[in-house]
Formats: sequence, structure tokens, C-alpha cells
Amino acid sequence: MQNLWLIPAFPFIGFLLNGIFGKKLPKAVINLIAVGSVLLSFAWVLKVYMTAGDIGATPVREHYFTWMQSGQFSVGWDFAVDRLTMIMLFVVTGIGSLIHIYATGYMAHEEGYYRFFAYLNLFMFFMLNLVLGANYLILFVGWEGVGLCSYLLIGFYIVKHSATTAGNKAFIVNRIGDFGFSLAMFLIVVNFGTLDFNRVFQAAPGKQTETLTAIALLLLVGATGKSAQIPLYVWLPDAMEGPTPVSALIHAATMVTAGVYMCTRSAVIFTHAPVAMFTVAIIGLATAVFAATIGLLQNDIKKVYAYSTVSQLGYMFLGVGVGAFSAGIWHLVTHAFFKALLFLGAGSVIHACHGEQDMRHMGGLKKYAPWTMGVLICASLAISGFPFTSGYFSKDAILGAAYAYNPAMYWIGVITAGMTAFYVWRAFWMTFTGEYKGHGHPHESGWSMLGPLVVLAFLSIAGGFLFNVPKILDNMFPIAEGGENMTLTYISVAFGLGGIALSYYMYVVNPKLPERLATTFSGLYTLIYNKYFVDEIYDATVVRPVVDGSTTVLWHVMDQGVIDGAVNGVGSEARDIGGVLKLLQSGNIRSYATWVVIGAVVLLLVMGISAMGLAAVNQ
Amino acid sequence: MDLVFFIVFAGIAVISAISVVLQRHPIASALSLVGVMGSLAVLYLQLGGEFLAMAQIIVYAGAVMVLFIFVIMLLNAGSESRRGRSLTAQLLGLPGLLAFVGFASYFFMRGFGNAGTVKFGNFTGGSAEGVGIALFTDYLLPFEVTSVLILIAIVGAIVLARKEMD
Amino acid sequence: MQDALQLLQNGVPISWYLILSAVLFTLGVAGFLYRRSIITVFMCIELMLNAVNLAFITFSHQHKDVSGNLFAFFVMVVAAAEAAVGLAIILTVFRNRATLNIDEIDSLKN
Repeated sequence: MQNLWLIPAFPFIGFLLNGIFGKKLPKAVINLIAVGSVLLSFAWVLKVYMTAGDIGATPVREHYFTWMQSGQFSVGWDFAVDRLTMIMLFVVTGIGSLIHIYATGYMAHEEGYYRFFAYLNLFMFFMLNLVLGANYLILFVGWEGVGLCSYLLIGFYIVKHSATTAGNKAFIVNRIGDFGFSLAMFLIVVNFGTLDFNRVFQAAPGKQTETLTAIALLLLVGATGKSAQIPLYVWLPDAMEGPTPVSALIHAATMVTAGVYMCTRSAVIFTHAPVAMFTVAIIGLATAVFAATIGLLQNDIKKVYAYSTVSQLGYMFLGVGVGAFSAGIWHLVTHAFFKALLFLGAGSVIHACHGEQDMRHMGGLKKYAPWTMGVLICASLAISGFPFTSGYFSKDAILGAAYAYNPAMYWIGVITAGMTAFYVWRAFWMTFTGEYKGHGHPHESGWSMLGPLVVLAFLSIAGGFLFNVPKILDNMFPIAEGGENMTLTYISVAFGLGGIALSYYMYVVNPKLPERLATTFSGLYTLIYNKYFVDEIYDATVVRPVVDGSTTVLWHVMDQGVIDGAVNGVGSEARDIGGVLKLLQSGNIRSYATWVVIGAVVLLLVMGISAMGLAAVNQ
Repeated sequence: MDLVFFIVFAGIAVISAISVVLQRHPIASALSLVGVMGSLAVLYLQLGGEFLAMAQIIVYAGAVMVLFIFVIMLLNAGSESRRGRSLTAQLLGLPGLLAFVGFASYFFMRGFGNAGTVKFGNFTGGSAEGVGIALFTDYLLPFEVTSVLILIAIVGAIVLARKEMD
Repeated sequence: MQDALQLLQNGVPISWYLILSAVLFTLGVAGFLYRRSIITVFMCIELMLNAVNLAFITFSHQHKDVSGNLFAFFVMVVAAAEAAVGLAIILTVFRNRATLNIDEIDSLKN
């Protein structure tokens, strides 16, 4: 018994302690509880890893209690750890610990310090539940829970209207995805009679392709909501209203990857539904390109990285869609390293510039924040696929598999890789080179923030060597025979380096060029700069009709007219009847007596007739 | 002979009853009521209820009606005024009453048409001896209870009717 | 004519007594409904009770059972008690409202 339940239990206890008592605790104690609980979780994961033997052959599985029981259908609270789960556990608890440590420095001067860490610990609890769950229902509990925490943390600055609106947007858009997920679960229950992973995946090959395709597509709807793919990605850029550690943890490294994890976990279903796989690949690829083009022109540093996240998630889905599940997971892991680093580094930059997020007011920070610059160089190299960084390995695994599936996908992916390198380095040049265009005096961050940054930088560079995910997941997703096609790799590296060079040229050597291009192609520039007006289109086509329809039909007609009318109508009817009956109470003895007489007459009649009737019958 | 007695005294009873209802001054109504009770006493006699006939005259006509007359004189009740006010009574009362008497008569004719006749002397159990035996054996409990009831009525009447002491 | 004489010989049919009782009762109710003075109304109540007594004694004669007489006896006792208490109440009402018109005693109105 590995006591897997301890892994989510530690952060949950942290949430309870900080949530209930945090207001009165000194900051040091809050830090100890919050960071300590996540570190304990990580330690326990390590302990399980070292003592569980070969979990590829014999996964750890623990059953705690039966949650639902209805006839043949039963769902238990089960945790299971196989190699895929182990990878996710390390990512979540490891990167989670680093970001918690970073947050103690970043949030040091914020209101509601204890509340932040309580929510962060609650998020860890739900995310770990999601990853450890051995059936779809526990996964869904974690799924919903991280959505809730995302809402709470995006809207953390409760006095800022844009923040609370962004929180709403995230939750509502996620809900749409969750609806698809729920429908998928219903289909699974109907067709398989169970939600347990092992039993479903064993029975899946025997089911009809149409059923599996339906289930897979509905699962994909849920994944597009949670992992911000087309068409439900619109919440992620707005989610940057939350504090930067939140953006790093939730919207880069862990929550948004839940969709990829879920699709990989359901690999058996997806592989038997080729149409669904193709849809996944197309959506992934389209999202990757689409988001990358938007990221080219954004001026808020966090927005650049947000669109980058959407784009990179698209890569992961592309990997899953073309059948390279382990490549997708590998990119998930490396992306966690360098994207978390990018966000945390951006946080360090914002901290240095006293809250400024617009890159046009930055510049020349290499003098003031050299360590931050160093780690951001590592991260930018990794995401650009610079040879031998972690991102290089994972991205090329995906692109190679894409080529095998359909060469056109490879070429689009490669061009997108070039754009990725371009916009990441554009952000770098704008922030660290040239002259400082802001106010005041920028300063370097403290070691509580720099420490985790350095660790992540190391992982971004060396992670590819240290964690060869396809080899780890070989038992689940066998590596195809035939070596890598090195030509493809050279081409993609070339595109990456080309992107770096072009950005250098445009933002360091010839800084006037971007403006001139913007004015020349002003129509295209406006379109892309305004994110293709997708938010406005959604508002007009979906949001307004729903809100207006709800107001007129559901509120005025149904609620006020029908329901209130019926309820009030009953009341006024009773009052009217009472008004009529009131007239009987005249206080006049004689009229009372008259009614008695009439009653007596009626009674007499009834009794007489029945007696006569009885007499007639007896005769 | 029974028939003659019946018709005579029934007639007196009905006429006196009508007089009770129609007379304007309460004293006249009270005296008519005494007439009703007297004629009813004769009818009881014919039906063999001797004890009850005497009790009717002594108690009812002699005590209760006298009480009524005392109260009328005490309150100085005068003739009634003309106007009435209950529409319900006027509209529904008369038809209701006629219906009542009509139905009742009909059912009595139907049900008791061949139930026998009343002849003076057919029933002798209503003498004082008969009533006394039944009263003190079969109906002892109601007898005791009614004596308590009379006690309560006496106390109640005295409490209600006395003038306030000051 | 023979039948009428036969009838005369046989005595009075029971139903006639009962009809008489019904008529007296109805007269009592009529007086109750149409008279305005409380005391007259009370007297009509006594009339009703007498009509009922007549019915009881008639049945007692029919079934040759003295129980009917006893019933009438108890009715009489209760009527006497009721008359006493009722008149006391009328006295009290007269003292408080100075009227014997039942139409004016309607505080239970509405």
C-alpha cells in the first residue's frame, strides 16, 4: 500500500490551514505551510517512484471506497499510477514546488497573501486528483476542480473589473467544453457500463467505430475547452489578468495540459477512431498556426507568451492526433519547463519594471537584470528548438511523426516553428536590448524568485537528455522502427534559427522596419493585432443572442409571467374566493338559521331517498 | 272518539302555534304557547303518556312559561317594529320550510302508513309507575346526570342574571 | 262512508301524529326565522322542542316501550334548564345592548 492518497492530501491540508487560519498567520508560517505541503507531495511522489518497482509492468492501484453504486454500475474512488501518471506527477509536483517558492517572492507585497496560497494549494489538490484518477469520474472531479481554481486565481485581484470578467470568461468557456466531456462520459457509461480506465480500454477494440468516434470527438470538445484549442481558446489570453505565478503554473505547465493528458490516457479509444484522430491533428495544427500569427504582433509580454502557450498546446495535440502520443507527452514535459520559465521570467521582468507589462516601455534591461536575461535566453532557445535543448527533441519528435502522417502538416508545422522562434526572440530583444523606455529604476529580483528560475533554466536546456519520454512510455506506446529522418530535423532547425535571425534584424539592427511594415500592410496588421476579431465575433453570434433570449424569454415570459403569475394568481384567487365566502358571515342569526334549515331539508331528502331505495331493494 | 279528540286538540295546537308565530306582542305569543302546551298534554294523555302529560302542564306550562312571562315583564318588551333585514331568511326560508314539511309528511305517510293506530288505552306503560321503574333502573345514569345539569343551570342562571355588587 | 266509520273505530293513524309534529316543528322554525324579538325567538325554540316530544311519545306508543316517554322526559328537563340559562343570557344582553332585536346583535359580522 503506497498510500497514494497522501499525494493530494498534503496540498489539501495546506489549503485548509491557510484558508481558515491564514488571515492571522505571519507570512513565514503561510509560506511554510503552502510550500511545505507541495514539497511533501513531491517527496512522496519520489518515494512511490523509488519503492514501487517497475510500474510499467505492474501499475500501482489503490481502491479507497465505492463512491456510487447503482445496479450494475459502480464507481469507486481509485487511484492508479503507471508510467504516464508518474511523469505527470513529477511535472505537477516538481514544477508546482518551484512555482510556489517563486510566488513567495513575487506576491510578497500583495493583498490577500494567504488567500492566494490557499487557492494555489487547492489547485494542486485537484490537479493531482485529475492525474491520479483511475476512472473518468475522478478525472472529471479534478477537471472541474482545476477549472474552479483557475477562476478563483484569475480573478484574484477582486477589485479589478477586467480580472473578474476574465475569470468568468474562463469558467464559462470551460463549461462548454465540460459539457462535451460529460456527454462523452454518458456515452461511455451507456456503451461500456463502467467508467474505469482498465475496463473501458480493454473493451474498446470490440466496439463499433462510430460509437468510439462519437466518444472521442466529445472528449476532444472537453479537451479544446480545457487546453485552449480552437474554438474554445479565447479564455487563455484573458487569463493573463491573474498573477504571473498563476499564469505559469496553471496556464502553462499543468491545467492546460490536462486535455493532452486525457487524450493520451484515452489513446485506445482514439486509435480505434481514425476520424477523431484526424480531427485532433487538424485542430492542433490550425491552433498552432493561428495563435502563432497573433503572437507575432502582441505588445504585452504576457500576452505573447499566452498565445505561445496556445500554439504549443496545438503542437501537443498535433502529436497526439498523428499517433505520436509519447511525443505529445514529451512536448508537454519540456513545454512545462520552458514555458513556466518564460512566464516566471516575465514576472521577474514585470517586477523589475514595477508592474509595467507593455514591452514598448521596456528595453535595455540587460544592464539591470542580468540573471533574468540569462534564464530567459535558455528558455527562448528551448522553445525555438535550438539544437540539443529540450524543446528541440520534443518538437522534432512531433514534426517527424507529422511528416510520416502527412507531409503538408510537417511543412505547416515547420513554418509555425519559425514563427515561434521569431516572436519569442522579438519579445527578448524588445525587453533586454536598446534603451530603457520606461519610468523609474528597474531592479533585479530576489533569490526567492531567481532560484526556481535557475533550476528551470537547467531543465529547459538539459531536460531532453535527462527525460527521454518515449523510452519511458515505450510499454504503452511502442516506438516505431526505423530511425529518425535527419533531413527533417535539419530543416526545422534551420527555420528556427532563421526566425531568431529575422527577429534580430527587425528589432535590433533595423528597429524602424516593424513600423514601416505595419503601415504598409495596415489592413493585415489591424486584423492580426486585434486577434482576428474572434472575441467580437463570438460576442455577436453567441453571447448576445443567448443573453437577450434569456432576458426576454426566460426571465420576462417564463419567470415573471408564468411562474410568478401562477403563484400570485393562486394567492389572489384564494383571496377572491375568501371575499365571496365572507358574505356568508353576516352576523345575522336568522340567515344562519335559514342555512341550517336548508341543510336539514337536504339531509332529510337524502336519508329519505336512501331509506326508500333500501326498502324497495329489500322488497 | 280518539279521532275526534285528536282533531280537536290538534287543531287547537296548530292554531295556537300559528298565533305564537304571528302575534306581535311577546305576551300574546307566550299565552298562545301555553295553549299549545295544554293541547299537547291532552294528546300525550291519549298516547298513554300520563306522567308526561302531567309533567308537561306542571313544569312546562306552569314553570317555564311563567318564567318567560316574568322576563318579558322584567324587560318591558314591547311590540315589535315592522322592518326586517335578513334577505336570506325571506327568500330561502319559506320555500325551505314548505319543502321540509312536504318531504316530512310524504316520508311519514310512506313509511308509517301501515304502522298501526293510536287508541287510548293501547299503551299503559307511561304511567308514573312505569316511568319511575324505567327511570331508576335502566336510565339511572342519565337521571343523575340531568340532576347535575339542573344544578349547573341554576348556578349559571344566577351568575348571569344578578346585578353587579358594588 | 263505511270506510270512514271503520276508520273512526280504529283510532288515529300514527302518521297523523307525526305529521302534526312536523307541522308544529315547521311553525317553530318559521317563527325562529321571521320574528325579531329575542324572547319570541326563544319561545319558538320551546315550540320546536315540544313538537319533538310529541314525536317521541308517539313512537313510544307505537313500539309499546316506555323509553320514548323517558326520552321526552329528559328533553323536558333539559329544555327547562336551557330556558333558565337562556333567559339569563337574554337579560345580560339586554343590559349591555338595550335592545331585544336580534338583527342588531351582529358583532360577528365579517
